[in-house]
Amino acid sequence: MRDQPAQARWVIWLSLLVALALTIWPLPDTVAPFRPEWSALVLIYWIMALPHRVNVGTAWITGLLLDVLTGSLLGQHALALAIMSLVVAGSHLRIRVFPVWQQAMTVMALLGLYELMLILVDGVTGNLYDLEWRWAPVLAGMLLWPWIMFLLRALRRQFGVS
Amino acid sequence: MASAFSSSGNDKLFGHGPSPLIRCVLLVLLSIVIITVDHREGHLDRVRQSLALLTYPIQLIVDLPSSAIDRASESLSRRGELLEENRRLRAERLELSGQVQRLESLEQENERLRELLQSGERVGERLLAAELLQVSLDPFRHRVVVDKGSRHGVYQGQPLLDADGVMGQITHLGPFGAEAILITDPSHAIPVEVNRNGLRTIAVGTGNLTRLELPYLPNNADIQEGDLLVTSGLGMRFPRGYPVGTVQSVERRPGETFAAIHAEPAAALNRSREVLLVWREDGLPFDRDPLADPDSNGGRDQDQNDGSGSMDEGESQ
Repeated sequence: MRDQPAQARWVIWLSLLVALALTIWPLPDTVAPFRPEWSALVLIYWIMALPHRVNVGTAWITGLLLDVLTGSLLGQHALALAIMSLVVAGSHLRIRVFPVWQQAMTVMALLGLYELMLILVDGVTGNLYDLEWRWAPVLAGMLLWPWIMFLLRALRRQFGVS
Repeated sequence: MASAFSSSGNDKLFGHGPSPLIRCVLLVLLSIVIITVDHREGHLDRVRQSLALLTYPIQLIVDLPSSAIDRASESLSRRGELLEENRRLRAERLELSGQVQRLESLEQENERLRELLQSGERVGERLLAAELLQVSLDPFRHRVVVDKGSRHGVYQGQPLLDADGVMGQITHLGPFGAEAILITDPSHAIPVEVNRNGLRTIAVGTGNLTRLELPYLPNNADIQEGDLLVTSGLGMRFPRGYPVGTVQSVERRPGETFAAIHAEPAAALNRSREVLLVWREDGLPFDRDPLADPDSNGGRDQDQNDGSGSMDEGESQ
């Protein structure tokens, strides 16, 4: 029982690392605007499943790494992920029992909030361009949610993450 | 902060009490402070550099497949192809060294004429070859990652070239790698002049990799399709005389103050993998006008910025 948390953290951090790598994976120009927000999706799952293990602080640190990785304003993704994570942490008991399609709709709302925070910071700092494509990652994230959830749930059960 | 949470985290039923809210509020305030400082001052380069130590390996891992494919195709290509390429490169080299011979005598002549005019010497330049990592940072902003960092003497704001022209400048520095903004990023502007007649203006990025905009030229400006734009060196960031692009379309609009002029970047912004970093010959950055004599203007460089300098600074957000 005692050594499971160590294992657990290993799986969680690895999944977040993979999410960060997928965020900068080169994609063809036609698909690139539809790149889902991998880190946000993975964080939503872990906070929903293990709110005592992954929390707002984890999300904030991931966001800070995302900022340095993509060269955006330092703190921008951290802010957006922290606020989104707070909402997930507050309602994880409800989201957990939703059927998959309803979960996907909730995830879309969460990703929308996340994107809105990013747009807000972009707007305040005067970096707002290509506003008409900002919905694309939200939609892609919603469509991918069932697969991400099944994959991460399988991982969690396989490694006994708790 | 982590320990404070794990103690309350043992209480699984009430793990979502007020504590996450307070933490979130604190983190949000911290984020806002960081955003403000990073946006206004740029004092957080050290934090960014140390965090880049963690993120640069991720970028290297993402780059691995494409660099491995490059290497594999090199070692698997047939002997005939290699010979063919070798022959082509040899011919190219001969042609280029022929051009350089003439360039050297022209440079000497230019130097003598400058002495006659009693204007300052042109500073020579030093180049370092670097490679771009195949990572895509953000589809809406044009940023690239270079595999050379502060360990190799790279500095913030350093010009980045490829074989055909100016690509961009370094924005964020890490110890082993650096991030650069391309000239086509919508928040980037570069001071240029028309090579034909020396007409100075500013080329602004459009967010399209094959398009630059020249929004500040009046309708009666002497500019036409096919004009070569070169760096003017006025922003005190780019060395003078490197090709930036070719004018593609000039639309003179009688009702408007300015003409709509578009140019195509000279550099292969979406194709180059090999790039060049430029220093002055003495290894110093280009943060001062290489043509200006430091004694004659008494160190009041700020005042002689004619607006293009401040535009050029506008990238660092």
